[in-house]
Amino acid sequence: MIAFENVAYGYGGASLLSDVSLRLLPGSFHFLTGPSGAGKSTVLKLAYAELMPTSGRISLFDRDVRSLSRDDVARTRRRIGIVHQDCKFLDHLPLSANLGLPFTVAERESDPQDLRALLDWVGLSQLHDALPPTLSGGERQRAALARAVIGGPDVILADEPTGNVDWDMSLRLLALLVELNRMGKTVLVATHDLNLIRQAKSQVSARVLRIAQQRIQVAGADL
Amino acid sequence: MRAGASRRGRGQGPADEIVPPSGHTAWLTTFTAGAMVFLCVFAVALSLASGRLAARWSAALAQTATIRLSAPPEQMQIQTDGVLSLLSETPGVASFRALDDTEQRKLLEPWFGPDLPLEDLPMPRLIEVVEDAQGYDDEGLRQRLAAEAPGAVLDDHTRWRQPLVEAASRLRLLGVLSILLIGAAMAAMITLAANASLAANAEVIRVLRLVGAKDSYIARAFVRRFTIRALTGALVGACAGLVGVAMLPAAGPAGGFLAGLGFSGVEWLWPLLLPPLAAIVAFLATRRAAFAKLKELT
Ligand SMILES: Nc1ncnc2c1ncn2[C@@H]1O[C@H](COP(=O)(O)OP(=O)(O)O)[C@@H](O)[C@H]1O
Ligand SMILES: [Mg+2]
Repeated sequence: MIAFENVAYGYGGASLLSDVSLRLLPGSFHFLTGPSGAGKSTVLKLAYAELMPTSGRISLFDRDVRSLSRDDVARTRRRIGIVHQDCKFLDHLPLSANLGLPFTVAERESDPQDLRALLDWVGLSQLHDALPPTLSGGERQRAALARAVIGGPDVILADEPTGNVDWDMSLRLLALLVELNRMGKTVLVATHDLNLIRQAKSQVSARVLRIAQQRIQVAGADL
Repeated sequence: MRAGASRRGRGQGPADEIVPPSGHTAWLTTFTAGAMVFLCVFAVALSLASGRLAARWSAALAQTATIRLSAPPEQMQIQTDGVLSLLSETPGVASFRALDDTEQRKLLEPWFGPDLPLEDLPMPRLIEVVEDAQGYDDEGLRQRLAAEAPGAVLDDHTRWRQPLVEAASRLRLLGVLSILLIGAAMAAMITLAANASLAANAEVIRVLRLVGAKDSYIARAFVRRFTIRALTGALVGACAGLVGVAMLPAAGPAGGFLAGLGFSGVEWLWPLLLPPLAAIVAFLATRRAAFAKLKELT
């Protein structure tokens, strides 16, 4: 689905990642961890073609990102559900319209029944018409997850989905991600929260990737 | 419930509401388009009026000249024949004829009354010359007349209008140039407004790109909005301009150029072309700005 081969990236000359290789197979569950500032968000941005690698090769659904036009990037993102660290809603639109955005921009009709079912699933049915700024941190994160999955993506990329919420809510979000993985979605979760990863290990067979010294290593022993 | 969803048909509605409504910049575009189209109505009136004037005057030019031939009575017939045969060989002369005594008397009647004893006066002979589309070389004709009949004077009484025709044509050119400049200025201002609006909505655009919106989809939201604003402003501007032109004093029989500034007949329809034209300008300007800005933003 998503493959990095010897990818290097740096912001404005300074090298941040060098020689990063990884491969997300269909139906797999990965955690991406590492200290703050290690480059977790950067790896995710490379994975949804917001950034282009300075060297090496990134394939999304077997296509080299460099060969994608802007429209191709848009189409590719419809197959990737992105849960952003700071959620990114349109504050002037009610939650229902925000969740429907992937359909709206693809000019497809969304089924209101699906939308309600999805809101139920993340426990936000009573907030159908609420404006995003009125939501709590946990509600926002669940809404972001709902928006990421509404279009039926193949891959879900989540950047610190539990960054702004308490432990109970973290477990709830994790359960949702695990459930999605059981439904066949490929999941990659970037987090610095090792407790969350430990908790997940009992629920799902997840691989843990760790960014250290500008590379990605498979971790395990230290967890 | 389903009915609500099916209203989200292709290309209508959603793209618009996805960009938050913006306050005072919306007004600026409407106002600019209105003001520009208002000015444009006058530029159109100027062009049409000066075009009309140029046409009228050059039509008058194409009319007649007169040759006034004075000669001693015994020479008169010989010189008249000489001038007539000269005219028949002059390229650019469509027709000519010598006026007979009755006609000449008629011409003088308003000044001297009907009982003028024409025979007793040393009357010059008048020869009317009508030029064709190309016209004759008036300097050449004068010189050859002088050789043939020293007392002949070519009076091309409408030629003094030649510089006026040129001035009118030039004025029309200026009018057309003004229309183009007004259009370009409007495009520039709408581009600026669109860029400001795109920059103000950078965060919204980022979210839309994140969920898989194509540039064309995002651009459409902005283009639609600016086109509608420009069209609204342009309609108001065109109406105001038309009212302004209609209220100009009417061209009376003694009306000079200024009094002739306005529209006549079907010309009133010309300004109606301006609002759609303004909308097209706004559409193209916003579209260009949007695609350029979108590449820059994400
Ligand atoms: N747009 C940017 N421009 C310059 N430097 C950046 C930018 N985004 C991130 N960085 C830097 O790159 C490093 C890695 O950032 P990030 O990928 O967000 O790390 P993480 O998500 O692991 O905390 C940080 O040092 C950060 O300051
Ligand atoms: Mg980060």
